[in-house]
Amino acid sequence: MPGMKQTAKQVYDWFERRLQVEGPIKDAVLHKVPRNTASWWYVFGSAAFTLLMLQIVTGILLALVYVPSAAEAWNSLNVLNHQVPLGWFLRAVHGWGSNFMVAVVFIHMAQVFLFGAYKFPRELTWTVGVFLLLMTLGMAFTGQVLRFDQDAYWGLGIGVFILSRVPWMGGGLVHLLLGGPTIAGATLSRFFALHVFVIPGTLLVLVAMHVWMVLKLGINEWPMPGRLVRKSTYTAEYNKLAHEDGIPFVPGAFWKDLIFSGAVLAAVAVCAAVFGPSGPGGQPDPSITQTVPKPDFPFLWIYAVLSYLPPSMETPFILIAPILMIAGLLAVPFVAGEGEKSWHRRPVAVLALTSVAVAWAVFTHLATYTPWSPHMSAWSGDPLPVQYLRDATPLVRQGAVIFQAKQCRNCHSIGGLGGERGPALDAVATRMTLDQIRYKVVTGGGNMPAYGKNLSPPEIEALVSFLETLHPANEQPAIDAAQQATQSNAAPAPASGAGGP
Amino acid sequence: MSDQSDNPHKQSTGPDIETASRLASDREGPAIVSRRWLLLKAGIALNGLVGLALAVPIVRYLLAPVRKDDSYKSWISLGAADSFPVGETRLVSFKNPWTQPWDGETDNVAAYVRKEGASQFTVFAINCAHLGCPVRWFPQSQLFMCPCHGGVYYADGSRASGPPERGLFTYDYKIAGGQLQIDAGQMPSLSNTAKLVNIPTPGQNGSAKDGDCPCRG
Ligand code: FES
Repeated sequence: MPGMKQTAKQVYDWFERRLQVEGPIKDAVLHKVPRNTASWWYVFGSAAFTLLMLQIVTGILLALVYVPSAAEAWNSLNVLNHQVPLGWFLRAVHGWGSNFMVAVVFIHMAQVFLFGAYKFPRELTWTVGVFLLLMTLGMAFTGQVLRFDQDAYWGLGIGVFILSRVPWMGGGLVHLLLGGPTIAGATLSRFFALHVFVIPGTLLVLVAMHVWMVLKLGINEWPMPGRLVRKSTYTAEYNKLAHEDGIPFVPGAFWKDLIFSGAVLAAVAVCAAVFGPSGPGGQPDPSITQTVPKPDFPFLWIYAVLSYLPPSMETPFILIAPILMIAGLLAVPFVAGEGEKSWHRRPVAVLALTSVAVAWAVFTHLATYTPWSPHMSAWSGDPLPVQYLRDATPLVRQGAVIFQAKQCRNCHSIGGLGGERGPALDAVATRMTLDQIRYKVVTGGGNMPAYGKNLSPPEIEALVSFLETLHPANEQPAIDAAQQATQSNAAPAPASGAGGP
Repeated sequence: MSDQSDNPHKQSTGPDIETASRLASDREGPAIVSRRWLLLKAGIALNGLVGLALAVPIVRYLLAPVRKDDSYKSWISLGAADSFPVGETRLVSFKNPWTQPWDGETDNVAAYVRKEGASQFTVFAINCAHLGCPVRWFPQSQLFMCPCHGGVYYADGSRASGPPERGLFTYDYKIAGGQLQIDAGQMPSLSNTAKLVNIPTPGQNGSAKDGDCPCRG
């Protein structure tokens, strides 16, 4: 069909005559990049961009149904989940897209750091990237608020308490965050504005800057040990590399970007289909106290850190650590803007990255099972193992009842069930003598409340005699030196190797 | 920039246009060109001025929620003072006095009322003094436990263990016409309640007495 081809060409020319984008696009697409940057290590940035596009599209689609009102948001999410055909799937794709985006942005940053790609002349690309990371986390947090359920409510509450610690203007900041004195209608409206207009708008502008600089400055060459970055010579060296051993960006490097992005999108879709959307949990009614709030995945590590900090360090830490972290990230290219790019010659960088990654993984892992939180229903829900009470005296049985009824189980596990805030008590009698147990119960200490004022002396006696029976059959309870002396005086010592009475 | 040869459009225009404009500015002479720059500056100044004038109401609008704590508070009745049994701690809920029709369920607020004597009360906020999670009261062990990071408080609200730096927040209360009333309306937090931070040693009764940390909520 030569006629049609010609018409198409004419239409194309008509637009091109007016738009004049062919030149710049060709330049961008065909510019030469160093051959070895066409690597599977260089695909994370484009994947993050693809995920951003996915989030924008699915976000708009969800906004067709979602009602950004504190009174209706929760209901509209349930309508999306249960009544709108495939509404649940779109929610799931948006939610998993968010998880993937946070993960890919972090991986991208780690890769850029490890490859020294932030060094001259790409310092500003890194700086903008740091803000892109903050915006991505901002999207994750505001998105969690829009899923207006109990977790969202109490997560906001934690935000309030953190802000309220800012000296002098904490109260004002809280009002500004909430749009009023409490978490209410105004709060959801402003988080909607942040999540849908303010942060995405900023994100797009920053992404444009970021990509523009990647195009202008070229893709970071593969780091070689001994090839040092010097401000005076770098640009000439890079251009030489790109021209002598370069390939056009498309298709040379771009096909890997495309395939990886496609795979990531497929992974999001599979996760969404298999695991479904997250929440909404219970309705955001703050008078319901039967709740165990938990933040979304990207913030779990903060949750863990806040549980382990000693109280006196907390306020300084909460207020200063984020500033230091961001300042540290921003400072990276200005402190180490020249020199070696290869990880073979940057042990400090590798060590720093590994430590951060390990710490993050440990805290996130801990936060998935929150050993610091009491199990609020363990006292009434987790039965004592029968063998612990076989042949028990009435006093011991009485103690076992007190152990359950006084919520000891909420923090101490027995037989693998119960809280993990305090130590498991299965063998407590081998670790502490009777007196030590009694003292601990009465006075508390560390992370244990003093039960002295909440239990009567007979109750304490019963409880302690129950705890005294908690030891393996082949191990005797611990005794102190005085008891040992009395016992060895009373009876001749048994054959050696019996390990004490 | 006022140098006529320093054409800001140099990069985007073709060579012939550039020559033409140079010819034009040659013809027009430096006086006319500098007048254009002056007018440009006037334009910038005008926009700056209008922008500033607009910024004032915008900032005022944005800061509208920032008000004195007292302006959000009012006295709320929790029911007849006699309806609370002496020596017990009860969970009550009330409607937030500062509310909009679209607040939905968020305007329900809960509090724990502890009656110590005929007209002696302590009204605790449910928000943990650590990071605000809702604490739960266990009458059997006479403890408040927090589900988030494991903070625990004694029956009088003083800190027992865990991350909180202080005891539970309390509301100011009064008894009017036989009704127990509290001064509420704001989410309790460290910025609007007692500034004093006193970590009691384990076993010692905490510092959080009613008068010490009125929940200016
Ligand atoms: S919020 Fe209660 S212990 Fe952290």
